Amino acid sequence: MDMLSPQLASIAEEPYYQAVGEEVGLFEAAAARRLPVLLKGPTGCGKTRFVEYMAWKLRRPLVTVACHDDLTTADLLGRYLIVGNETVWMDGPLTAAVRAGAICYLDEIVEARKDTTVVIHPLADSRRVLTVDKRGELLPAPDDFMLVISYNPGYQSILKEIKPSTRQRFVAMEFDYPAPELETQIVAAEGGVDLELAGKLVKLGELTRNLKGQGLDEGASTRLLVHAAQIVSAGRTPTEAANAAVARALTDDPDMTETLNDLVRAVF
Amino acid sequence: MTSSGQSSRKLFEHELEERLDQLLFASPSHRSITRLATGLEPLSRARQDLVLHWAGVTAQTCAEIGHLIVSLAPKALDLLDADDFEAWVLAALDSYDRQGLRPAMESLRNLEAFATERSGAPFARLAEVEGRLTRFVQGLSGRPLAVRAGNAAWTDTDTIFLPELLAAMPDAEGNRRLYKAMAAHLWAQTRYGTFSADLDAALDRWPDRQRALAWLTLLEAVRLDSRIGAELPGLAAEMAELRGPWPEVLVPAVARLAAATATVRDSLDLVAEFVAAGGVPPRLTFAGTLDPAAARLVRAERIARETKVLRNALAALKSSGGRKQGGEPLLELVPTDEGGPAEFRVDGEVVTLPPEAQAAAQSLVQDLGELPPEVLTPAGPGGWAPTDRIDNTPEQISDRAADWRYDEWDYHRSAYRKGWCHVYEMQVAPGDADYVSEVSTRYRLLINQIRRRFEAVRGEDRVLGRQPEGEEIDLDAQVDAHIDRRSGIEPSPRLFCRRIRNERSMAAMFMVDMSGSTKGWVNDAERESLIMLCEAIEALGDDYAIYGFSGWTRTRCDIYRIKAFGDRYDETVRRRIAGIEAKDYTRMGVAIRHLTRLLAAQPVRHKLLVTLSDGRPDDFGDEYRGAYGIEDTRRALQEARRQGIRSYCVTIDRSGADYLKHMYGPAAYSVLDDVGKLPLKLADIYRRLTAN
Ligand SMILES: Nc1ncnc2c1ncn2[C@@H]1O[C@H](COP(=O)(O)OP(=O)(O)OP(=O)(O)O)[C@@H](O)[C@H]1O
Ligand SMILES: [Mg+2]
Repeated sequence: MDMLSPQLASIAEEPYYQAVGEEVGLFEAAAARRLPVLLKGPTGCGKTRFVEYMAWKLRRPLVTVACHDDLTTADLLGRYLIVGNETVWMDGPLTAAVRAGAICYLDEIVEARKDTTVVIHPLADSRRVLTVDKRGELLPAPDDFMLVISYNPGYQSILKEIKPSTRQRFVAMEFDYPAPELETQIVAAEGGVDLELAGKLVKLGELTRNLKGQGLDEGASTRLLVHAAQIVSAGRTPTEAANAAVARALTDDPDMTETLNDLVRAVF
Repeated sequence: MTSSGQSSRKLFEHELEERLDQLLFASPSHRSITRLATGLEPLSRARQDLVLHWAGVTAQTCAEIGHLIVSLAPKALDLLDADDFEAWVLAALDSYDRQGLRPAMESLRNLEAFATERSGAPFARLAEVEGRLTRFVQGLSGRPLAVRAGNAAWTDTDTIFLPELLAAMPDAEGNRRLYKAMAAHLWAQTRYGTFSADLDAALDRWPDRQRALAWLTLLEAVRLDSRIGAELPGLAAEMAELRGPWPEVLVPAVARLAAATATVRDSLDLVAEFVAAGGVPPRLTFAGTLDPAAARLVRAERIARETKVLRNALAALKSSGGRKQGGEPLLELVPTDEGGPAEFRVDGEVVTLPPEAQAAAQSLVQDLGELPPEVLTPAGPGGWAPTDRIDNTPEQISDRAADWRYDEWDYHRSAYRKGWCHVYEMQVAPGDADYVSEVSTRYRLLINQIRRRFEAVRGEDRVLGRQPEGEEIDLDAQVDAHIDRRSGIEPSPRLFCRRIRNERSMAAMFMVDMSGSTKGWVNDAERESLIMLCEAIEALGDDYAIYGFSGWTRTRCDIYRIKAFGDRYDETVRRRIAGIEAKDYTRMGVAIRHLTRLLAAQPVRHKLLVTLSDGRPDDFGDEYRGAYGIEDTRRALQEARRQGIRSYCVTIDRSGADYLKHMYGPAAYSVLDDVGKLPLKLADIYRRLTAN
């Protein structure tokens, strides 16, 4: 029987990542000790970007899987396909990452079904093996292989939790929106605007985060602020950009929209 | 309107009294009728008739409204002509029909506002902008700051008070903007340290305290304006537009106060100069007034409360971080670069505070500029001290036999006392009919959010793949089977998809502490959270019940039925919720046992008992106090668990006592100081219980 495994390449260009604390050093330490890492933090605070940056820094390929509740073990491990008259095995992203010694990033792990999550258990403890039972294969992970999972302890996942048996296999790193000056730099760099405008957008972000749980499920993420900045750099006014990229992205409720518009007006 | 009498002579007091007595048949007391009659005597006969007519009409609907109309009539007729008087009355009747008595009375009392409205002046009313202002200020401040109607524009640092009506600007929109400017200005007082100096003492220096205060108010307005300008230029521009240029006298002060480093002390220094110069302080529309004494009290109380929350959190961290044997752990507060929140470190390691403690720290920084060192001393083991109420005597013990009897756990003997507690099931006297609708209006946004969260809990139908039977073929499974067959493996017969309805089978019992110690905000919090919960659970369609408990010794454990299983969430239930009040003592164990029994009888799969209390089991006499009550409560929760009931104990308090963990050991629990958080938490629990 034939076997297909995707070729994985390393990230060629340094992704822009602004370190906010000790996360780079910690991640490197975990990588050196072959420990899996759990990233938690609200949406759009830079988790994905961080993993991309670390993959570049450690010169390892990166495989990202966005988890959802229909994700089956086959989707992770691989499956047989019929090609012509042959059955061909096709590695799933996790198997491919193990073979290539890559970083495998399972984004929003809580969304995955519980029976799916357990396949990573033997990979995430001292055994470091992947069992591909369909092929009867026991795949030991090379030293370069690293498992990274993320979850957002905020709105969606208040309904869902990672099982302790999963969670306690990981070195946990907590992310949050960066402190104002850092966030300003990020918004300026990513959004292509000057520091002054970026500062105002960050201020707006802070004000919306004050409304979390008071009518908003979440305040504006760094991502939304970057979007607003990008719209300004494409030629729209800051107020327009903030209303479109921040206010309307956060809520549909007319009262809340009015309040967000008030805050936008206050900042600019 | 026609006058009914044959003669047009004015009526004398005793005649008026007689008429009023007939008209307001349900009137509360004779004395007040005399007073009403006295008020009407000076009016012309035409006006007397007008008032009597409407008193009669309205009293048909509700005597109290008639009563109020007569008592306000003299003033009303000063401000309104006959047509407008009629309109005023009709507006009140209208709001009675639509919203009930209280809004109707309020509408009558808003006489001035009504008069301004009728005179056609363009104004804005606080009621129409209150929600918007509250949310705006919440966004600005990051800590709760309520907006309420008051006699003047001022803040005690917990609440911003604004006049009920503004007419200073030529049009309604202008007046709405003025409201916003006022609210923002008062927020700035709390945010940028107006009350961080002892203003009371400082103002005592000047013999004409009022004038000094007026100058201080103005100078602070100048200072805060530039602070706002630095962070929120859009808002500052809007405010400047409303106010125009600063009055001439203030101009010399602007430069000094505009400095980023200027504090309220600079304003106080300048007050000296301005008082000495002897001018008259100009009026500035949005600057409002200062009440340093009131603000100081509220601020000090908040600081004390938040310091305690923070110290308790640190104490918990300290005891959990006890790696080093002996020696006190070193607690430090390390400020990160400007702007970012400070980090707490225990023995050099960064620790994360629980959200309440983080909020407290943030609020303290807003009040004090920084966290003072004493905050870093963790709280000692300090325990819970029930207040003594020995001056009370038990109410009449009911002479009917107990409805039920329950055992109670005596930890001294490690055994149950048999049939020890006598339970009586009672009714809650219905409360204010409008309360529930007021609360649900006030928390409308939050309730929407909660509903959405509960709707998510309800879940959707889902399709299960790889089933032995089902309405559709599972293609993936078919392909696998095909491959298996080819490779000589026996294919799995699970080839179908089946759509399953997300059947929920759940009942919840809410047990509400009605003991004396809940009097005040805890009681309000309980009622408000019940309302929000009912609104939310209704959306889910699960059955639920609400019972209150209180009592006086083991021979009188009262259980109040508010909503039994199967009862609908209707007017009666709503009024009972409104009627929940603080009564006597808290014998928690027996209440848990009784309600557990009711809940256990429900034919559902998941059973949830939620207790709302202030977390202080206590009963008259010493017996139930302290360890005994704690152990019995714990035991009762264990018994519930054994019957398949999950318990979730909510303690409504600003800081949780340390015995809670032990007492609620067999159950999940949390300490909340904000009712808004409870329904969201519960949505989470619902989900976890019913997801499988
Ligand atoms: N520290 C940072 N350095 C550089 N860019 C950042 C940083 N933090 C956030 N960003 C910006 O924010 C955007 C969103 O970040 P990212 O996609 O990594 O969020 P995330 O945490 O993975 O969110 P989600 O949980 O929704 O997947 C990035 O595209 C980047 O522009
Ligand atoms: Mg991501």
